[in-house]
Order: sequence, then C-alpha cells, then structure tokens
Amino acid sequence: MEIKDFIEKFVEAVEIEDAATCTVETKFRDLEEWNSLAALSVIAMADEEYDVTLKGDDIRNAVTIEDLYNTVKSKQ
Amino acid sequence: MAFLTCRNVRIAGLSAGVPANVVSNLSIGELSKDYDAAAFVEMTGVKERRIGNFTVSDLCVPAAERLISDLKWDKTEIDAVFFVSQHGDYIVPATSCIIQDKLGLSSNCYAMDISLGCSGFVYGLSVAGSLISNCGIRKALLMCGDAKRRVAVDDPLFGYAGTITALEYKEGVEDIRFHFGTDGSGYDAIIIPDGGARNQITLDSFKEEIIEGRLYNRLQSRMKGMDVFAFGISTAPKSVKCLAEHFGFDYQEADYFVFHQANMKMNNMIVKKLKLNEKKIPSCMYNFGNTSSASIPLTIVTQLRGKIEDCPTKFICCGFGVGLSWGTVAFETDNIVISELVECK
Repeated sequence: MEIKDFIEKFVEAVEIEDAATCTVETKFRDLEEWNSLAALSVIAMADEEYDVTLKGDDIRNAVTIEDLYNTVKSKQ
Repeated sequence: MAFLTCRNVRIAGLSAGVPANVVSNLSIGELSKDYDAAAFVEMTGVKERRIGNFTVSDLCVPAAERLISDLKWDKTEIDAVFFVSQHGDYIVPATSCIIQDKLGLSSNCYAMDISLGCSGFVYGLSVAGSLISNCGIRKALLMCGDAKRRVAVDDPLFGYAGTITALEYKEGVEDIRFHFGTDGSGYDAIIIPDGGARNQITLDSFKEEIIEGRLYNRLQSRMKGMDVFAFGISTAPKSVKCLAEHFGFDYQEADYFVFHQANMKMNNMIVKKLKLNEKKIPSCMYNFGNTSSASIPLTIVTQLRGKIEDCPTKFICCGFGVGLSWGTVAFETDNIVISELVECK
C-alpha cells in the first residue's frame, strides 16, 4: 500500500471538500470535516480497503494522517 | 465451535409492543458540542424513536396478550417464558417471574431471564428452541426488549420496544440452525461500570465525567463507539459466512436477512461486505432506532407483516453487540402469525 492512495481514500471517506488540504503531515483532528462520525468512516475505509480492523485507541493515538497510515500498514 | 441445531421447533408467531409516543431526532436539542441533528439522522439512519414511561415488561405484556389471542393459544398450554433484556424491572428478582403472574400463566410455568443485549434474540431463540426440541416444553414465549435504559440523556440512537416470539413443538418442520460467538475481552465496550457486585454504588458513582463530549455518571451506560463499530462490521459478516459454511448452504438463498438494527452506517457496511441484495434487507431503525434485543423481531413485525404469512420464508438473522457477543440464526417460517404492532399509551 502506498501513502498516496491512503490519503485519497481518507479524503473520500471523510468527504473532504478540498483534497489539497490533506498531506502526510495533516493533523486530521484539525480538519473542519473531522468529528466522531468521520472516525467511523475511517474505520470502515480501513476495513473495506485494507481488511484491517482499527480500534478506537488506534484513532485516538494517531495525530497525523501518516500515523493512521502507519497503523493500518502495521496491522496488515 | 458453537454451532447448534434445534429440531422440531416451529416459530408460530411474532408481536411487538412500543410506546405510542414518537420522538423525532430532528427536533431534539443539542446533545453535545458536535451534535448536528441532520448529519446524525443521515449517518445513523435513525429519524424517530418510541419512548415513554414503560419498562420492557410493560411493553411485552400487552404484546403477548395480543399474540396469544391472535394465535388462539390457551394460556394454560404455555410451558415457558424467557425474558431477554439488560433493563429488567428490578435488579432482583427476575422479570420473567413478574411476567408469568401478569400474563396469568400457569404456576407450573418455567421462567428465566437472560442478560444479553443486541445478540439476545438469537441466544434466546437457541435456549427456548433447545428446551422445546429436547426437554418436553411444548409451547413457549420468548420476550426480547429494551426500554428505560440507564443513560445520561435521551440518547438519539435508542428506542424502546418489547417483542414476543411464540415457539412450539412441531415435528417435521425445518431445523433452526445457529452460530454463536463471544469476546469478553471487549466487556467494557458497552458497560454500566457501577451498581453491580464488582463496583457497588457509592457517592462517587454519581460523579459525572465527560466521555466523547457527553456527561456520564458511573451508573449510566457508556459505549466505546469506534470499537463497537469496528467489531460489528467485521464480526457480523464472518458469523453469517461461518453458519452457511458449517451447515453447507448458500446464504444468498435466504429470502430475508434481518440484522440487529445497530445504525445505518454499520448495517450498510455489513450488507455490502456480504454482497446482499438490498431488497432482502428489511430495516426499522428509521422509525424505531436501535432497540437492542428487540430489533430483529421488531423489524419483522413492522416491515414484513402481511408479506410473509402465506408462503414458506427463509430467514437469516444476526445479532451482535454488548458482551461482546454475537449470534446468527437461519430458520424458515410457514403460516406464521404476525400481530399488528401494539402501541402502548
């Protein structure tokens, strides 16, 4: 899996209007679209696209989109 | 592996009781700082719920009266009553005993409570079904429901309902087949921390704390939403596949798939992962919310009444949630009696 694809899927799952605002370093909690429902969308995306079950703590312990990517990768 | 078969057990009828009072999630106040009513309804699929000053047994008793009357059963023939809920009338005694008296059932009646939530209908069916199949019970009522939950605020996801499933011994009917599972490592994913024997009530039990933007004290049910979501979307599809594989049938042949009505986002993921035809997926969460162990029978009563009584109908039903606990059942109904929804005032 590549981080570029992961970011694309993240943008799609969270329904971010301006995809350019999302990079490796983006702190996803600062995104306007981020809320508790967006977190579920990311869990669903990881399950569907990568067959990885993310737990609540995985989301809570991540700060950037890259952190999420690394967590998904480590669970594959 | 928990695969079960109940032979010679027929599902004779279904009924459900709900409060007549309808609450819309679009017109309730702000629950937390990031609560957006329209977004909540779109994501969860829960627009309305039934709530009121009723316990589960208050909803079950009139629903049972209606079903017994529609089935033309004689109350003296009912050998057993099972009550599945995590919100019984009292901590002690068992609510099923109170129901035996309220319904005027025989004092020779077998009565027991089963403490399970979203998986409870499937578990209850296996317990009642096994006693009918093997142990001499001829007719039984399985009651599943949720109401007056111990929660901080009126949670927009959950509604009240009490459901009745009437079961009887009948030779030659299709087997009822089950798969069950449990993961107690997730015991705190949905939990009321205090008030049981582990943490008895103290003054500290009433202290409020903020969890994911909402206030809770330790006598109120809290949920790790993300963990429950991840659990549901991975476990439910696996359980359906496991059941079909073990018993050697194609799950796509079922006429209807009735899933626990958790929330729409979760249920849509489960349906998608199993590649099911959406026409086979009845749902009642839009009007009734998540009703815990009542959700599967409530969906059948409210969505399939008048559609399935005349012809043999194959069901696959899957319940999953608090415990963590899950179960999937495959059964066939034929000439089932479904009572009109009982609205309690």
